[in-house]
Amino acid sequence: MKSRLRQHYPLYLLLAPLLAWYALFVFKPMYGLQIAFKDYSVFLGIENSPWAGLSHFRAFLGSEYFLRVLKNTLLISIYSLIFSFPVPIVLALLLHEAKNVVFRRAVQTIAYLPHFISIVVVCGIVTNFLAPTNGIANLLLEKLGMGKIYFLADADYFRTIFISMNTWKEAGFLAIVYIAALTGINPELYEAAVIDGASKWKRVVHVTIPGILPTIMIMLLLKIGELLEVGYEAIILLYQPVTYRTADVISSYVYREGILNGRYDMATAVGLFNSIVCLLLLVVSNRLSKKYTDNGLW
Amino acid sequence: MLESRAEKWFYALNYVLLALVAIGALYPFLYVLSASVSSPEAVVTGAVVLWPKQLTLQAYEAVFREHGIWVGYANTIFYTVAGTLVSMAISVCGAYSLSKKQLAGRKLFNAIIAVTLFFNAGMIPVYLNFRDLHLLDSRAAIVFGFAVSTFNVIILRTFFQSIPEEIEEAARIDGAGQAAILWRIVLPLSKAALATISLFYAVSRWNGYFWAMLLLRSRDKIPLQVLLNRLVVQMKPSDTMMTDSSGAIGETIIYATIVVAIVPIVAVYPFIQRYFVKGVTIGSVKG
Repeated sequence: MKSRLRQHYPLYLLLAPLLAWYALFVFKPMYGLQIAFKDYSVFLGIENSPWAGLSHFRAFLGSEYFLRVLKNTLLISIYSLIFSFPVPIVLALLLHEAKNVVFRRAVQTIAYLPHFISIVVVCGIVTNFLAPTNGIANLLLEKLGMGKIYFLADADYFRTIFISMNTWKEAGFLAIVYIAALTGINPELYEAAVIDGASKWKRVVHVTIPGILPTIMIMLLLKIGELLEVGYEAIILLYQPVTYRTADVISSYVYREGILNGRYDMATAVGLFNSIVCLLLLVVSNRLSKKYTDNGLW
Repeated sequence: MLESRAEKWFYALNYVLLALVAIGALYPFLYVLSASVSSPEAVVTGAVVLWPKQLTLQAYEAVFREHGIWVGYANTIFYTVAGTLVSMAISVCGAYSLSKKQLAGRKLFNAIIAVTLFFNAGMIPVYLNFRDLHLLDSRAAIVFGFAVSTFNVIILRTFFQSIPEEIEEAARIDGAGQAAILWRIVLPLSKAALATISLFYAVSRWNGYFWAMLLLRSRDKIPLQVLLNRLVVQMKPSDTMMTDSSGAIGETIIYATIVVAIVPIVAVYPFIQRYFVKGVTIGSVKG
């Protein structure tokens, strides 16, 4: 071991900055997670603040916010799973069946574009399009003789807007994974199906779909592992107090409690609770996936 | 093979659906562009739906007058260039080292890194860590604090592992040191992978918003995205933009700001997207 160390010390020199980075910016904050169990005082610091046991967890679980943010997080995730998750799969299938290569490439390239646009700009486009007086959505509604709707101030529209926006932004790019899986299907399977007289539709159902099923399962598994993780960036950009009823999720609550209200200990406890549940979900879904499909993340 | 009538319909329908997808993806950009070069009256009355009406560049004049946008632009360019360089230096050296079997403790190091894919401290401890390190409102926090993406390190490591050992062995016999081998032999062989990962880092730096918003306070340090939140999402154009004798107001300025902000990305993305496609494909197979 020692001689190996000496012999290969240049390798350790190359590795040192990376390890230092992880120590300083990933593992040092993990040490700071202890404030979830403390009454954190800015003056006393992380180590000297007094222990508070599980009081922050209890306070959160007993508060009115717990059920609200849990429900909102789960509903956004589940609706995304139902309405958003299949979109890239369908898009990949459509692209796969398009024979004209130039047309296919053009559509693919255009569909990737929103992925490269920052979330701030995308949310900016959404807020301006949906703006009550000058937004194009309301201008069009008016032309059709309908009343104006203040979409972003109405809690009932929030989930629809949020999920539609995410689908628009990411579906094209997420299709890449499925397109790669589709090109990996053995062409002999199609030829055999044609010889057997299978119709176009039957070939899709019996060759194409089974061919990409493992990929679909892996992506689904990842999504289930992320059921309690709704990206806070877009939520914080789009929500407002009148829409908290449907828009406030666990991570946006952590942001408000911690960063805006300065209740660092409480917010850390909520974040930690969330991470642990996420980890458990991932472990369970990975085990289920391995059991039923032989595909797992690890 | 002759196509049946049903199959012809199938293909026709397919093209129609794909064309709708393309239109759906493009329309918001087209509208933003058209609105930005139309007169404010045409925009607020709903005359602009697809094409510009009453062409004018007033909105752009207002945007270009706004000093903050140029400061934001300069900051974004700085964070993107400096950040990507730092990210690549740390990630490439580390990933190369982790790809070597001779590295004692390699499995442990790889496991430590992989763990961070599934568990991290979360927003508040990370924020407090920056505060304890006295990195609030500092450019260093942005450049160094977000230098490494574990996903990118793993892709690089997988790529380096695929380079045959014999190529490096020959150089070693000629007396080249580890660093020289990495610099003169491994890196030139890895150009495609390096381009892919640099672009991953660069685009996420360019678009980075949340942590810059949390950590930076001074106006002269904030990147474009943080400024855009105020100008575009909260729709609060600055005074310099609004004090305008010609009366160009509100909406068109916001749309012009969006155009100015996304032009660089839209201009380069057709050329860089294939690297992303490659990266995602590698990541999904090996990750």
